[in-house]
Amino acid sequence: MAEKVIECRELTKQFGDFIAVNKISFDVMKGEIFGFLGANGAGKTTAMRILCGLSYPSSGTAAVAGFDVYKQQESIKRNIGYMSQKFSLYENLTVTENIEFFGGVYGLPMQEIRRRSNDLIRTLGLTAEAKKLVGALPLGWKQKLAFSVAIFHRPRIVFLDEPTGGVDPVTRRQFWDMIYEAAASGITIFVTTHYMDEAEYCNRVTVMVDGKVEALDTPARLKQQYQADNMDEVFYRLARGAKRSAD
Amino acid sequence: MKVLRFILRKEFRQIFRDKTILAMMFAMPTIQLIILPLAMNFDVKHVKVAVVDNDHSSYSRQLIAKVGASGYFRIVAAMPSVREAMQYIEREQADVVLEIPPAFEQQLIREGKQRIGVSVDAINGTKAALGGSYLVTVIGDFNRQITVNSTADPAAANTIAITFSNWYNPLAEYRFYIVPAILVLLLTLIGGFLTALNIVREKEAGTIEQINVTPIRKWEFILGKLIPFWVVGITVFTLGLAVAWGVYGIWPVGSFALLYTFAAAYLLAVLGFGLLVSTYTDNQLQAMFVAFFFMMIFMLMSGLFTAVESMPAWARAIAHCTPVTHFVKVVRMIVLKGSTFADVQYEFYILVFFALALNGWAILNYRKTS
Repeated sequence: MAEKVIECRELTKQFGDFIAVNKISFDVMKGEIFGFLGANGAGKTTAMRILCGLSYPSSGTAAVAGFDVYKQQESIKRNIGYMSQKFSLYENLTVTENIEFFGGVYGLPMQEIRRRSNDLIRTLGLTAEAKKLVGALPLGWKQKLAFSVAIFHRPRIVFLDEPTGGVDPVTRRQFWDMIYEAAASGITIFVTTHYMDEAEYCNRVTVMVDGKVEALDTPARLKQQYQADNMDEVFYRLARGAKRSAD
Repeated sequence: MKVLRFILRKEFRQIFRDKTILAMMFAMPTIQLIILPLAMNFDVKHVKVAVVDNDHSSYSRQLIAKVGASGYFRIVAAMPSVREAMQYIEREQADVVLEIPPAFEQQLIREGKQRIGVSVDAINGTKAALGGSYLVTVIGDFNRQITVNSTADPAAANTIAITFSNWYNPLAEYRFYIVPAILVLLLTLIGGFLTALNIVREKEAGTIEQINVTPIRKWEFILGKLIPFWVVGITVFTLGLAVAWGVYGIWPVGSFALLYTFAAAYLLAVLGFGLLVSTYTDNQLQAMFVAFFFMMIFMLMSGLFTAVESMPAWARAIAHCTPVTHFVKVVRMIVLKGSTFADVQYEFYILVFFALALNGWAILNYRKTS
């Protein structure tokens, strides 16, 4: 049995009368690529923010990397990486400066940062752009860079919130290659997405509808269960009953 | 500590990359200090007088000549009637109407007294009050001269002669009052606005969320924001002192060490204020609006331009609740009077209190987990 890196039981987040996340329970195993699907407003981002220690849950329990989401957020933060929906590197810093800053913030020594940073820039093919401001890079490159920065300190888990939004198909493909590579190195991937072809790339998939987990299994078994040809159909069958729409 | 170094390096890089802010850092102290003290001048000069001389005697002409020669007044018109002279005031072409009644000279010699009419446009209260009182002084002076000329009565000499001297600002020049105030203004603007906007901009860009998801400690983040702007503030203050010396010859009478100690504490207090604003607002527009609201009150009530002592009691109470009031007072005391720490220690403790309270509040209110 693989090690559980995320354990979530009856986790709930309520804003006034609105229950954004409604008693969700699931486990994520080490090294797994865990897909988190759902329509806009289904509660994906809210759930993810709780697991990242950015937001307090209203009730239920959850542990990330073995740390409690109520009390040990700072310990969680040392063990995870996070890439938000919004591009959030500093646009007025260069590629190298961004890498250096986020590496330093996680307590990596300067020598180590330099070494890894050089490797990373070479792998990404950004050698010519290393001294350019990040704001001047095309979106696809920015996203790849943001992902690389999120796993730069080699976290145990990385949370990706719609990482490929607005990115062209070729870059998306390259992006998923990077995700596979990270997963192969032992980093657990927790990813939300709208793209159902991407859902097929995941080891297991959760479908959230109106704040609840409606389905959780491997893409193959979900397709079998819902007698669908692809994940698109699975998602459509589950999500069409949704009452909420749009964020 | 190591993490803080990375944060500081990042903040300084961003500040030095922003050419507009960098330019403002130099332009603000120089331009404000050169322009404002010259423009904001409460010495009343060039009061425009419309004269109505109904007497046309040698006395009346002497009086008018004396008014014109005093240096404070400019005779803009000589009209035959008060009604016509008042039209000058209505058209804003005159500030004062001086009316000399018929038989002015005759009455003055025969009866020993005469009345003169002075009408003042009081829309600008300061100008009216000062202009009016200058005119009264000039007339009083004229009055004494004719007494000397016409009587040899020794009793008339038994008047109290008052001589006075202006301490610390011998020529009672307004710029000595206003230059220290502008130094304070500079620090207040930099501390209050730059920090608030800087952090809120991170909120807008979403980078603050990226920060909140890292193990950065709250104090590291906040010190990382405070230190760079503190350095900027001290630099601008130094530049301001240099301009004050170069342009106005104002060289602090008191000790530089004391002046900088106060500037350091005061900057911490206003930076804390900016930080606090940023924790309560979500975008730059809100932050700007909130900061501006408080800044206006601080500026106008702190004694930067008007004396706190002449405010009503309730306003004085408010004025004492802003750090600006205490700092302005101290800067004037140190720069112009050469006050020592013993004279201003009460203000020092107040500034330290503001610095601790505002920053403490901001740290409490800044949450990495909401």
